[in-house]
Amino acid sequence: MKKTGAEIVIECLKREGVRHIFGYPGGVILNIFDLLYDEKDIQLILTRHEQAAVHAADGYARASGKVGVALVTSGPGATNTVTGLATAYMDSIPIVVMSGQVPTKLIGNDAFQEADIVGITRPCTKHNFLVKDIKDLARIMREAFYIASSGRPGPVLIDLPKDVTGDKVPFQWPDSVRLRSYNPRYEGNKFMIKQAVNAIQKAKKPIIISGGGTVLSNAAQELRELAEVTDIPVIMTLMGLGSFPGTHRLSLGMPGMHGTYYANMAIQNSDLIIAVGMRFDDRVTGRLSDFAPNASIIHIDIDPTSIRKNVPVDIPIVGDAKKVLKILVNLLKQEKDRQWEAIRKAWLKEIQSWKKARPLTYHYSEDVIKPQYVVEKLYELTKGNAIISTEVGQNQMWAAQFYKFDKPRHWLTSGGLGTMGYGFPSAMGAQIAFPKKTVIDIAGDGSIQMNIQELATCVIYKIPVKVAILNNQYLGMVRQWQELFYNERYSHTHLDLVPDFVKVAEAYGAVGLRAEKPSEVEPVIKEALKVKDRPVFMDFIVDWKEKVYPMVPAGAAIDEMIFEEEPEKKKKKLRAVK
Amino acid sequence: MRHTISVLVENRFGVLSRVAGLFSGRGYNIESLSVGETTDPQISLMTIVTTGDDQIIEQITKQLNKLIDVIKVVDLTEVDHVEREMVLIKVAPRQEDKAEVLRLTEIFRGRVVDSSPRTYTVEITGDEKKIAAFVELMRSFGIKEFVRSGRIAIAREGIKKGK
Repeated sequence: MKKTGAEIVIECLKREGVRHIFGYPGGVILNIFDLLYDEKDIQLILTRHEQAAVHAADGYARASGKVGVALVTSGPGATNTVTGLATAYMDSIPIVVMSGQVPTKLIGNDAFQEADIVGITRPCTKHNFLVKDIKDLARIMREAFYIASSGRPGPVLIDLPKDVTGDKVPFQWPDSVRLRSYNPRYEGNKFMIKQAVNAIQKAKKPIIISGGGTVLSNAAQELRELAEVTDIPVIMTLMGLGSFPGTHRLSLGMPGMHGTYYANMAIQNSDLIIAVGMRFDDRVTGRLSDFAPNASIIHIDIDPTSIRKNVPVDIPIVGDAKKVLKILVNLLKQEKDRQWEAIRKAWLKEIQSWKKARPLTYHYSEDVIKPQYVVEKLYELTKGNAIISTEVGQNQMWAAQFYKFDKPRHWLTSGGLGTMGYGFPSAMGAQIAFPKKTVIDIAGDGSIQMNIQELATCVIYKIPVKVAILNNQYLGMVRQWQELFYNERYSHTHLDLVPDFVKVAEAYGAVGLRAEKPSEVEPVIKEALKVKDRPVFMDFIVDWKEKVYPMVPAGAAIDEMIFEEEPEKKKKKLRAVK
Repeated sequence: MRHTISVLVENRFGVLSRVAGLFSGRGYNIESLSVGETTDPQISLMTIVTTGDDQIIEQITKQLNKLIDVIKVVDLTEVDHVEREMVLIKVAPRQEDKAEVLRLTEIFRGRVVDSSPRTYTVEITGDEKKIAAFVELMRSFGIKEFVRSGRIAIAREGIKKGK
């Protein structure tokens, strides 16, 4: 039976199991939007900006593990997706973005709303397609979902010229996907895994560093087994938070620039690093020449390019984290006589002493709300069960430090690209995937103003996302760098005018709440958590002088950390400038 | 160190820009690049000459392999191989030097493919050294135009060095 290109697109989406699309219409994509008008199985969520549509698809994918889908028009609609694609690309998130394109015979003519989006997004997608012939459409749709979700996942863009979605051909669903040039390797090399077993047996001071790959591969259970069987402490990178329980006795929290003292010290003193699904990002390693000077490295990653990109690796294992860890754990379990606990005692004791010396702390105040206190209260009042998204900057780091993630896929943050404006739409996407869950965006007053328009989307679709704005009237992280490294010259980081977020929320028909004193934090959160039918803005007026500690200055080794100073005895009352 | 990398790719539009974009985006250097269809019209072969230390070359080959449209990557530097390049040189020698140009062309087994009252166009094929030597000799006669094909390379059969 003949189908139009638009019908083929919808049919393919259904066969891929897609239930929700985030999108924004426009001229050349109308063939598809027209079908969505009375489509029962797929719901289109109309965002207020294409960038938000892509972030929402991304949040949906991170929380659910399914491929997120966005649909936009050509030209500006397509170029607005670039930040979202680059965000998903850096964090290896499986999404498919479909963009409209001018009719094939107009391509290259500088037609109205034409942009070479395939050219523009080539470096920020895992792969992209321009469908020039409707006969290729079904195959390309299938390949796009396959490429996005297999191997090291990532975003895929499909550019759909208007005539391709309008023409008709007989529809044929490809039974399988076969790409001679793309065959991700899932099984780790057996010999290398045995080498890893040997190295783990010999190691006196081993650590595990778990990254976003552990989450993507759904390998949290296997990772936990590895840690528990061998009594090896676990460090989670920003992207790896939740891949191992943050409240576990073996958890050392996050490493790197704003990591814990004890995680960084453990790395620097370790003799073996078992790196799982992480890529030794510069924010993790600090100055490379001084990174983990005594450690051999076992690196498990599905992407061969991640291995030996930044650090030399002794035992590279290319493969899926879940599969490799399963074999590794089984081999280690065969060592029944081994007294792992006794072997590990001295090392864990040494780590304990670092934990004691420099725990993660902040100075609570009765007078002014400390941002960390807000995060702690959110953790407490949601019992650690909420899905947390963040924007980028101080809000992101405090959330990472003070919300203890015990489960994977509860933490949505733009780790690689560091995209301000990511948190709110991604929370929205996660809430669509899990309507019953509590979803909270921990935001700053700067970041939330990028994509604040999504309040409308949340109100209309009754998406009860909670936004906790840590309002310090500054671009806080940049201000922190200026204070510490630029002689307190606060060039363009004070926002001068921050809108009344309570009124903004109310103007959209959302709930707006404000806390100005520490005693008001808990009641505000409690009230917000009660709201189930619309979004809530919680405006926390926080101590604007507060900085994220500990901190490794850019270019320093990770054990060269700056810590918070003791508060002066009679410290002036610090309040945000209102 | 200089490496000659042979890359089999799907013969589709946009593939060249994916490969070129990978090099420019990651700050790698392309010294020479030649592309052509193989005996299978669906597949093209690229020969890329690039420089970098071992770690960079390892990244380049891995990153190339990661591109969805790339079928196979071979670093020919690791195996015994033959390299060739063709250049066309238009020289305008003085009347008394013309014979010398022709003689040198013969020594280098080149061919004159075009001549005019004032110029000769010489075609010459060879490896890097031979071409460099010939170009150096022609320089003194006055090179008017100069164009090179980019290097192509193929592994020798049977004898493999390294792995």
